[in-house]
Amino acid sequence: MMASSYNAKEDGHVAAPGGGTIQNKKPDNTAFKQQRLPAWQPILTAGTVLPAFFVIGLIFIPIGIGLYVTSNNIKEFEIDYTGTDMSSPCFNCSQSFSWNSTRPCTCALPFSLEQPFESNVFMYYGLSNFYQNHRRYVKSRDDSQLNGDTTSLMNPSKECEPYARNEKMPIAPCGAIANSMFNDTLDLYYIDPNGTRIQIPLMKKGIAWWTDKHVKFRNPGGNPNLTSAFQGTTKPINWRKPVYELDTDAENNGFINEDFIVWMRTAALPTFRKLYRIIQKKNNMTPTLPRGNYTLEVTYNYPVRSFEGRKRVILSTISWMGGKNPFLGIAYITVGSVCFFLGVVLLIIHHKYGSRNNTADIPN
Amino acid sequence: MDFSVLRNLISRYCAGEEYWVDSRTVYIGHKEPPLGADAYIPQRYPDNRIVSSKYTVWNFIPKNLFEQFRRIANFYFLLIFLVQLIIDTPTSPVTSGLPLFFVITVTAIKQGYEDWLRHKADCSINECPVDVVKEGTVVRTQSHKLRVGDVVMASEDETFPCDLILLSSSRDDGTCYVTTTSLDGESSHKTYYAVPDTMAFKTEQEVDSLHATIECEQPQPDLYKFVGRINIYKESEDPIARPLGAENLLLRGATLKNTEHIYAVAIYTGMDTKMTLNYQSKSQKRSAVEKSMNAFLIVYLCILISKAVINTVLKYAWQWFADHDQPWYNHRTEIDRERHVVIRAFTDFLAFMVLFNYIIPVSMYVTVEMQKFLGSYFIAWDKDMYDDELGEGAQVNTSDLNEELGQVEYVFTDKTGTLTENNMEFIECCVDGHVYIPHAICNGQILSAASSIDMIDSSPGGDHREHEELFFRALCLCHTVQVKEEGTVDSIKRGIHQGKPTSFYISSSPDEVALVEGVKRLGYTYLRLKDRHMEILNKEDEIERFELLHVLNFDSVRRRMSVIVKSSAGEYLLFCKGADSSIFPRVVSGKVGQVRARVEQNALEGLRTLCVAYRSLSLAEYEEACHQLSDAKLALQDREQRLAQAYDLIERDFTLLGATAVEDRLQEKAADTIESLHKAGMKVWVLTGDKMETAAATCYASKLFRRSTQILELTKKRTEEQSLHDVLFDLSRTVLRQRSLSGLSVDCQDYGLIIDGATLSAVLKPSPESSGSGNYREIFLEICRNCSAVLCCRMAPLQKAQIVKLIKASKEHPITLAIGDGANDVSMILEAHVGIGIMGKEGRQAARNSDYAIPKFKHLKKMLLVHGHIYYIRIAELVQYFFYKNVCFIFPQFLYQFFCGFSQQPLYDTAYLTLYNISFTSLPILLYSLIEKHISIETLKRDPTLYRDITKNSLLRWPVFLYWTCLGLFDACIFFFGAYFLFDNTTFTSNGQMFGNWTFGTLVFTVLVFTVTLKLALDTHHWTWINHFVIWGSLLFYVIFSLLWGGIIWPFLNYQRMYYVFMQMLSSGPAWLSIILLIMVSLLPDVVKKVLCRTLWPTATHLAQSNRPCLTVEPSTIFVLSQSDSRLSF
Repeated sequence: MMASSYNAKEDGHVAAPGGGTIQNKKPDNTAFKQQRLPAWQPILTAGTVLPAFFVIGLIFIPIGIGLYVTSNNIKEFEIDYTGTDMSSPCFNCSQSFSWNSTRPCTCALPFSLEQPFESNVFMYYGLSNFYQNHRRYVKSRDDSQLNGDTTSLMNPSKECEPYARNEKMPIAPCGAIANSMFNDTLDLYYIDPNGTRIQIPLMKKGIAWWTDKHVKFRNPGGNPNLTSAFQGTTKPINWRKPVYELDTDAENNGFINEDFIVWMRTAALPTFRKLYRIIQKKNNMTPTLPRGNYTLEVTYNYPVRSFEGRKRVILSTISWMGGKNPFLGIAYITVGSVCFFLGVVLLIIHHKYGSRNNTADIPN
Repeated sequence: MDFSVLRNLISRYCAGEEYWVDSRTVYIGHKEPPLGADAYIPQRYPDNRIVSSKYTVWNFIPKNLFEQFRRIANFYFLLIFLVQLIIDTPTSPVTSGLPLFFVITVTAIKQGYEDWLRHKADCSINECPVDVVKEGTVVRTQSHKLRVGDVVMASEDETFPCDLILLSSSRDDGTCYVTTTSLDGESSHKTYYAVPDTMAFKTEQEVDSLHATIECEQPQPDLYKFVGRINIYKESEDPIARPLGAENLLLRGATLKNTEHIYAVAIYTGMDTKMTLNYQSKSQKRSAVEKSMNAFLIVYLCILISKAVINTVLKYAWQWFADHDQPWYNHRTEIDRERHVVIRAFTDFLAFMVLFNYIIPVSMYVTVEMQKFLGSYFIAWDKDMYDDELGEGAQVNTSDLNEELGQVEYVFTDKTGTLTENNMEFIECCVDGHVYIPHAICNGQILSAASSIDMIDSSPGGDHREHEELFFRALCLCHTVQVKEEGTVDSIKRGIHQGKPTSFYISSSPDEVALVEGVKRLGYTYLRLKDRHMEILNKEDEIERFELLHVLNFDSVRRRMSVIVKSSAGEYLLFCKGADSSIFPRVVSGKVGQVRARVEQNALEGLRTLCVAYRSLSLAEYEEACHQLSDAKLALQDREQRLAQAYDLIERDFTLLGATAVEDRLQEKAADTIESLHKAGMKVWVLTGDKMETAAATCYASKLFRRSTQILELTKKRTEEQSLHDVLFDLSRTVLRQRSLSGLSVDCQDYGLIIDGATLSAVLKPSPESSGSGNYREIFLEICRNCSAVLCCRMAPLQKAQIVKLIKASKEHPITLAIGDGANDVSMILEAHVGIGIMGKEGRQAARNSDYAIPKFKHLKKMLLVHGHIYYIRIAELVQYFFYKNVCFIFPQFLYQFFCGFSQQPLYDTAYLTLYNISFTSLPILLYSLIEKHISIETLKRDPTLYRDITKNSLLRWPVFLYWTCLGLFDACIFFFGAYFLFDNTTFTSNGQMFGNWTFGTLVFTVLVFTVTLKLALDTHHWTWINHFVIWGSLLFYVIFSLLWGGIIWPFLNYQRMYYVFMQMLSSGPAWLSIILLIMVSLLPDVVKKVLCRTLWPTATHLAQSNRPCLTVEPSTIFVLSQSDSRLSF
């Protein structure tokens, strides 16, 4: 509006006496200015939408069935070891928990698999009622510290409060997320039919995103000696060991410890699972986890009773579409069917009313 | 200028005290008057510097910021931003600060640029050279150094630097010619006069010796009104006082023509000049769409607040358990813990507000404004609304009302110049009942004077002969036409070919030109005005000279004008011409009956009639008249009123001579336009100052009334017979009975109402009885509502505005449009929701005061039916879509709060929060709102009934708004719960690794961006390459941006939460599948609703859309067939 009133004024001053300026005012006859650009003008009528609905139905239903079958073929086993129940082997550990106890409490849970797990098996731990997505929690980290920045190492971001410093010493890694890192140790034993316990080898590499491990997380300084790199910092309050003692393997120690990285990726929902270990398939002859009895040995360090949380261990095989999730398949089948059904309804409507409209138009 | 008519009235009715109080005294040449006169009081006036700019370099930033934050929306976002800065909020201040900064900066740059242009323009004006007379010599200075009282010399073709009083001119008669094209668009030359006493000062030295003061009113914006007095002091004499009027005042911006040079004294300078006073902004009109937009905003604000309240309450309910509030893994900081719970709750509330504030989008205002501003160019660019004759196209004075053009329910149109051409042609005249018809011009030749008179019923007698001569002389003398001798006059051209150089008649009133030309064809030619003598070439080719003594100018209240002349024989004659109603009551002799019969018959044929009368004055009478006139003219106080009184006294005791009839042809396609407007469901009212018969004939010709229309009359004639009360009740009974009888059939009987000004004021007048006025008004409105066409004749300008106001205020609050071409339509144009000016022959005042100006009445059709319709569709979609997309955007965040312990954790990353509205989803809707065309322009023009589909703001009514909001909520639920179930306790990568909360948000966001963009794609009916480019382009931009945003560790960020999140998500098959699925599900209901509505309850728009393909295909197939046929025959 400003512009137009201004222009009016401008014209007032500029307008030459006589008709000198008038001739140039004729608007250009371009397609754009006359709003006549060539255009495709689709309209959604029953006739055009019908085939689309049928096609969607025909595509979605098979996809859905495929997804559903794949999901059903995935084997998943879940065991809760929280120990809230009196009968649970971990009951004692869960009751007698204290942060200061030096002696780890262990418990063993027997279980049996009805069916063998053929391919690679992925071992998850699951927590319930644990709000990793709480805002105060999510932001309580210092990404530049985790990326190996030495200044951030000694001066953790204030986002880490109240887990930034302990008695004036900077905490490495700082923040609530790191402080509450899951520290139960889980071991899996296969009980041979003849009674011997065979420890199943659990691989702890490859559980974190490659980019996280290699780019986003880095140990501070070029110092190969982690102990000196973390000099001047202290361990998070709830940790038993400092960060440079997480693993003996230098490739999996400090900030680039994969268990740590996995924990640092905060979950979206209060009930979540995180990848703990991978059980690699040995050869094609024997299943990764044969049918039979197993024992889960838990070093019980992680308290969840205070917030009514649950702890689980999940063993699962994986297909191309990930873990067991019938939702996607069912959704596809449902949507496909709905589309198909709507297609039929529209066909009927189109048949009954479409022609009526067309005849009604003709007099117009 | 804006309120000139209003002001006239006010000044007429209010006592003029203020004029006197607020007067200024100007000392010409800054010379003190001789002693004995009033004491010299130096007064301070602004210098002649023009400041149209709003800002200076120093105050630009604070002033501009202040202006911008005065807007409620900007202020709201500023508040949100400040809250984010102060308290610990979920999103960083950048998310709202950046868009706000962007919006503010863009606006500031735009305004700054405009202001810079203004500065430049000001500068060039202020520094343009001006010649000033100082101590007897001409000195050249810069325009801005000019002061009140300076004597300025202006040469031909120069533009006046300020408002000046003409002192003398190089022409002998003290006149000068001026065009005011740049002021009011009138290109005709106007004559201005110097006061006779200063006329003689013709050189610098002489002018410098002039001792005079000017007393005049304080500056006021009316261009055509000025009252002042000049006191000239001569040696040892009493000062001579002369009146000054608008004819002495040269306005800034006008240009001197045909005069070598003039001397004039500056009286109003700089910001006081009438031109600058006129460039003040008009009152803002707001469109219906804007009102509903604000209503929706309030709803959303309520939603926002209730969301925040709900979440805060739930948060504290949930936190009742200490382990929920502070589990061991997630303690509060010391400071936080020490805070009082009320403060904590309040900060939480604010934090939720901040989290959800995006539901009221910053960018909507920017987009709406850009849409309006850019969109209005299409109106100006439309070549269908370009008029070759005038050389101009449509003009947009405000872009705020584009969509209102699609909502018009009542059209109020002027008759003369709007419905009709205002291109007058002399048809006949009648002297004492004898009719004279000039021969038509055949092949450009004019028949000789003698044979060009056709006498019907000629019975020449002495008396008649004398009357005939007087009549023709009257027509030759009683006018204000000028003769222009060169051939270079602009628009209004009337060529007279007489062997002599071409000359033209120029006048502000086309009637006068037609009359003078007509009478020329009857043998009497008006030659020129020379030395106050009018020269006439009579039938015998003799030149007769009459001394022009006084001109009693035309005004719309008196509706007549007169001249007093002295014939060469020494007789004083007063000639008067005017409307029959204003002449007949003043006639004392003459053949009134015959003339009246003829006048009425002509009026019935739609001709404009004028009556001519004369009065011969004795010397005594003349002197008395002179005295009265000069008295009135000299008055500074109530001059108008006293002039009117003087005129009233002088113009009486006439002898009727005869009448003239002038035809005003209907404008091209006026009937077609009116018919289309009717079909589009608009009610057309004609408001005219013309006579009832003439106006009714025009209405029939323009198909406003059809033969089948039953005419209801509410005129003075009828109310004289019956009381107004009875008439009104009679009419309403007729109308209502008809309606109750024919409840089923829709258009059984149209009614047309004719009402005249007198009756109207009686209807509207608040009557002394308590029951009266409100009642009449209601009944009148009730009658009007049931009439398809209403004709109001004999309307004063202010009554036109009153009618518009009356309809505007009636209980349905219909949208009104007023269209007119003359100054008398300005008040109605300003009053109506949309004012349209016709670039007419009566100057540009209407066009200047209008919201849109068009060259011809017929362009109204395209303006309303096409532009109005598509602009409305565009903006309605824009508004609804904006709210929809922000519901989709924010509602998942709200749902997420239930899963994150009401901790205000945002679902999306900061970058997404910031860019969603300003870049991912902004361009497609802006483009849609600029170029969408749901029906082709041809169809819209061909089928006016389509306009009914959008009346009453139909696309922005609450049900529609509710539908969009529900759709938004549904989609938001689909996004959120779709992602929720997918994420529920499982992995969806083939390497078993888990995704975190940011992947969850990114998944929702991706589905959101795609759904929202595709929803717009579904609504687009007009896919040009630009649409394809923008829609697919913005989706592609989103993907590329996300890849880039997650692809690098950004060194300036203190978090790296998005690192590789998007790519990881894309590497997972189920993520793809679920994105596709969720998009489909979200779009499904809308598609189904669209198809069902179209099939089961098709509107006219739907039918027109589906008809389109057949219609466009058919001719081409026929063409192909005929081509193949012809090929076969070869």
